[in-house]
Amino acid sequence: MAPKRTATPPPLHDLPTAKEKKYDRQLRLWGASGQQALEETHILLIDNGSGVTGTEALKNLVLPGIGQFSILDPAVVTEADLGVNFFLEDESLGKFRAEETVRLLVELNPDVKGTAVKEPLETFLAKDGVFTPYTLVLVAAPIEPTNLAQIQKHTAALNIPLFYLHSVGYYAHFSIQLPPAFPIVDTHPDATALDDLRVLKPWPELIKFSQEKTNGIQSMSAHEKGHIPYVCLLLHYVDKWMAENDGKLPEAYKDKTAVRNMIRAEGGDEENFEEAYGAVLKSLNPPKPSSSVREILTAPETQQLSPNAASFWFIARAVQEFYNKHGVLPLPGGLPDMKAHSNDYISLQKIYKEKARQDFAEVTSTVQQLEQTAGHSKPIIDPKEIENFCKGAAHIHLVRGRPLQIAQPGADVKFNDRAKALANELTNPEGLMGLYIAFLAFDDFVATHSPPTTQADGTSSLIAPGEPGADHEADAAKLTGIAHKIVDNLITEAGTRIEDPEYSELKEEIERLCTEITRAGGKELHNIASLAGGMIAQEIIKVLTAQYIPVHNCCLFDGIASRSSVLRI
Amino acid sequence: MAATMQPEAVRPSMNGESDFSRAKWAYLDSFLSRPGAYSDPEMFVPGEIPVKSISESAQILVIGAGGLGCEILKNLALSGFRNIHVIDMDTIDVSNLNRQFLFRAKDVGKPKASVAAEFVMKRVPGCNITPFVGKIQDKDEAYYKQFNLVICGLDSIEARRWINATLIDMVDDEDPDSLKPLIDGGTEGFKGQSRVILPTMTSCIECQLDMHAPRAAVPLCTLATIPRQPQHCIEWAHIIKWEEERKDIQLDTDEPEHITWLYQKALSRAEEFGIQGVTYSMTQGVVKNIIPAIASTNAIIAASCCNEAFKLISSSAPSLGMPGTNNYMQYTGDAGVYTFTFEHQKKDDCPVCGNLPKDLTVDPEQTLEELIESFAARPESQLKKPTLKTEGKSLYFPYPPSLEEQTRPNLKRKMKDLLSNGEQLAVSDPAYPISFRYNVSFS
Ligand SMILES: [Zn+2]
Repeated sequence: MAPKRTATPPPLHDLPTAKEKKYDRQLRLWGASGQQALEETHILLIDNGSGVTGTEALKNLVLPGIGQFSILDPAVVTEADLGVNFFLEDESLGKFRAEETVRLLVELNPDVKGTAVKEPLETFLAKDGVFTPYTLVLVAAPIEPTNLAQIQKHTAALNIPLFYLHSVGYYAHFSIQLPPAFPIVDTHPDATALDDLRVLKPWPELIKFSQEKTNGIQSMSAHEKGHIPYVCLLLHYVDKWMAENDGKLPEAYKDKTAVRNMIRAEGGDEENFEEAYGAVLKSLNPPKPSSSVREILTAPETQQLSPNAASFWFIARAVQEFYNKHGVLPLPGGLPDMKAHSNDYISLQKIYKEKARQDFAEVTSTVQQLEQTAGHSKPIIDPKEIENFCKGAAHIHLVRGRPLQIAQPGADVKFNDRAKALANELTNPEGLMGLYIAFLAFDDFVATHSPPTTQADGTSSLIAPGEPGADHEADAAKLTGIAHKIVDNLITEAGTRIEDPEYSELKEEIERLCTEITRAGGKELHNIASLAGGMIAQEIIKVLTAQYIPVHNCCLFDGIASRSSVLRI
Repeated sequence: MAATMQPEAVRPSMNGESDFSRAKWAYLDSFLSRPGAYSDPEMFVPGEIPVKSISESAQILVIGAGGLGCEILKNLALSGFRNIHVIDMDTIDVSNLNRQFLFRAKDVGKPKASVAAEFVMKRVPGCNITPFVGKIQDKDEAYYKQFNLVICGLDSIEARRWINATLIDMVDDEDPDSLKPLIDGGTEGFKGQSRVILPTMTSCIECQLDMHAPRAAVPLCTLATIPRQPQHCIEWAHIIKWEEERKDIQLDTDEPEHITWLYQKALSRAEEFGIQGVTYSMTQGVVKNIIPAIASTNAIIAASCCNEAFKLISSSAPSLGMPGTNNYMQYTGDAGVYTFTFEHQKKDDCPVCGNLPKDLTVDPEQTLEELIESFAARPESQLKKPTLKTEGKSLYFPYPPSLEEQTRPNLKRKMKDLLSNGEQLAVSDPAYPISFRYNVSFS
């Protein structure tokens, strides 16, 4: 085929703007919509200790261009701060730490606004509506548990995501409290997971095209046969197999192998037959949504659609109705590259796109009906959002946010519905449950060893185990005692037992973790602070853009073994 | 925990420095003055020794002053290291500013190594960073000998392979100081890896090359006759059209006019074939082979590398990379957080650190040219311009031109006419100080 020539080059519409040039490497990940979401945010960091991890996280968020950030920190810069925090300089000594850090952070990106809040946390929290301006709150330990509980209450009421972090010596932890329903449409699955060819559920246009392309396959020239798109080959040989097997679909493994052998026998090692051969096991699956997707589509939020429900739930309900009617999800419409003549490939691509467009139109009209029923005077849900949902329907994700666990002094730590699972985690050699407990014990230690009142200058003087100059061995023993008690309570709460030698080994491991935490005296090692700041920034980006899948809900990093672990608390 | 009598914090007056400058390091000094729960008591004596190892004796070389390099320099400075060198040949581009936080808009066009060094030295007085603007290949063994440890934050496989082979070559069994641990980091999007290599003792970059298999190239005939994807149109403009129309101009992928030209050509071709989706950004991505990069992933990987360096030099906790233990951490952040930390095994047939030839099955009917093409795609070799010889004869030399001309006729000959079954084949590439040895068996 001789394609027709165009006389003049087409005009260039999309030369990159200055902003697109600056953000090029990240726009390739989260796109313009993700970038816009970042730019609309205002993050609040609440710092009490040396505060490096939170600052490093902010650095990784200022660079990609979040809208605004604020740092609440009433402390003044000490000499020791200069040896651990990169966003302070010698001239910062004696000045407000929040102000200095903000000044040096905003230098990184003129598009970002930063604010220093120098008042003590207690007076900040005593005011009404203080959290309303923020889209996300990040709190660094140490902190008074009563203050943390207040922050938790206020952010939960406003559905503001809350992060709580520890970074002590070689260890770090962060927990994320998300709203009770946090849906994600754009989860960025692997490119290969996106292919949905519907070989076992083709529609008339696809069948017709395939038949045209494979008609007379036996007598085709090698050149023609070698350019049949593999999707058509799959449809052709599935048809042939079904004709020989009473119209049954080749769903069992041995049936698929039979189809595969048929392709091998007839095509030899032609590239397109090779592609078809390789795609059989993956493509000959009925297009069923996963159980987690079905669970989202039938969630209570879709069953009783409230008029002010998030658009996600309207679309999910419409997709559920689509699924009930057709037995499949809307077609995503993408087509992987395959050996073919250009015009055949383009035609096939159009067939998939057109079907996806039809499915999307059907879902859209259901969404609009649902909106009408719910009392929206006119449709308010953006069709782009519906289209996005239809494209990614097989990979949508829902996080059911859980409240942050707070260690209150004098009260036993409760694990509730997670007690059994987490007690099992205690003896998982790959897990870091012991480290999580050591951090709970750390919070308990801070709460019981710090003076009850704030200093005259407004700074609180929270005492961590092993503060420089303190008797670190005595503190390590105290911390271990608290942690051992939490372990025993957890085992009791789970109604289980851990026998020796596992039990003694567990207690010894907890002692080592507590000793190592005490060694640092509540202070950060810059590397671990920077590493945890990177992890937290990744998670914040995922939460703010509602793309990818965030940690649910607690993550630990062990800088000695160089590994992480995620727990659901 | 054994009760050891150690000072609570070291306050040595080191090299006549004032107490003021050491006061800055109070947290670090306190940390290093206490025994660790996991440190080896034979190796780690809390107090002045680890503090001095970090702040005085250690000489660290950082290769790369880009996304990882900026983070690495900051981390080393705030880990108390004071003798650092950094090598980078690049200049600052505006697209670096979203993550390379030591650079500002006013620095665009200046060399990365010197701007980064200057910034960190100003922010952390007392830290000495010596920049070198140039290639790692410009330096010789004498230069690399002065360091205790090398940290790489590079986006180029070639440079990694070169420094790996060089450090392995430098190891002298008689001289323990000749062994320079190599710590390497790399990122792509929300993923990355860090690894520690003890040259000749543990799995090296070359042993691990198959962890970074090259992307399959699109066949030329697809580009020339049956394009289907926007990328095919861009590759056509890049590989075919530029050669046809602008052969005399060296393509510079940082030159906007050149990218625009390719974009325009690709767009016309896409229009001819009814292909949608060619954009300027995609053109740039394909032609420059752009890997998405963000500050947070760089922070994670760079900090992991520096954490290993800190543990290695201070002995305050076990580091990755000791023989028989984990030496590799893979980080995946796109779905939750997942790290896979494991021991990558040293390969006996590694062309750099091993001593056995690899087995290679060759189709006797294949031509030498086809075999050479396959070396570019083989995950374990990835050689672009290989030289091939057997014990007795030279099969193909890409240069010098006189040898190329002499050996060129072999390209069209079949393997069975050039080699006998079971013969040994040596393959090398002038880009690396490596030679691959293969035992050929015919299929
Ligand atoms: Zn090796």
